[in-house]
Amino acid sequence: MTREDIIKPENLVYKKPTLLNDNTMHYCPGCSHGVVHKLIAEVIEEMGMEEKAVGVSPVGCAVFMYNYLDIDCQEAAHGRAPAVATAIKRLWPDRLVFTYQGDGDLACIGTAETIHALNRGENITIIFINNAIYGMTGGQMAPTTLVGMKTATCPYGRDVKIHGYPLHMTEIAATLEGTAYVTRQSVETVAAIRKAKKAIRKAFENSMAGKGSNLVEIVSTCNSGWKMSPVAANKWMEEHMFPYYPLGDLKDKE
Amino acid sequence: MATIKGAIVVDTERCKGCGLCVVACPVKIISLAQKEVNKKGYPFAMQTEDKCIGCASCAIVCPDGCISVYKTKI
Repeated sequence: MTREDIIKPENLVYKKPTLLNDNTMHYCPGCSHGVVHKLIAEVIEEMGMEEKAVGVSPVGCAVFMYNYLDIDCQEAAHGRAPAVATAIKRLWPDRLVFTYQGDGDLACIGTAETIHALNRGENITIIFINNAIYGMTGGQMAPTTLVGMKTATCPYGRDVKIHGYPLHMTEIAATLEGTAYVTRQSVETVAAIRKAKKAIRKAFENSMAGKGSNLVEIVSTCNSGWKMSPVAANKWMEEHMFPYYPLGDLKDKE
Repeated sequence: MATIKGAIVVDTERCKGCGLCVVACPVKIISLAQKEVNKKGYPFAMQTEDKCIGCASCAIVCPDGCISVYKTKI
């Protein structure tokens, strides 16, 4: 059997989701953002919400999300995506509203908006990409940077005496009354990607069912910011990030 | 027992040569091009042997969605 016999439309088992359009993504090679974009596109397609999904992307690498996902998108000021999403969801209750925020945006600049939107139990989903660094601006220290981790603004490593401790936003969110589903996932292996997809689907379904706010943290890599190859960055994440940010569901209100 | 044959098609112009598919492949038949690059200068991924099982691991981990997977029984 030749290659041409296998490559036929009826034998297709996996391809790029149609909601992810043909624009080449500006993300660095091996960036976790691409995988998460793909998962969001797949989940929205499977739910049949193409016409009703609204994404809110604030400042960060994912600011150009509207270029890659074929859904309605709204940009927000730095950190203010949950506030914008609140307004959209309240005005259009039948829309699937989600925000897509990085750790610098969600855990630092937009801490207030994030915590209050979650606490109010707004029926939105927050996708939180945690790569322990400000990736877009050149790898500065973020609130989630690990202790001892070297970044552009802490070249000798994060020192708790000067910079304090890494912030566990997902654990904080799990203690809030308004949240329905709080989970931490990763996207470095096939099994982890499948789990993350299920988590995103569940969060989206919860928000459409009006159960409360949902937070899906994805522990990610920033291989350019960490100055590693994509494969080495995944390994480093498994060794150093997972002990500090353990994966799994933190809260699941049935 | 029916054998399963698979094949992958890589969108070489979209590929950025990150190498995550090379590691994810359980039968180790993907490698980055050695002497060729695409228009943007990245060495793209390609299938080097005929042993593909069509598991789609490479396509699932690909951050840019460059890989389409085909599978058939013979």
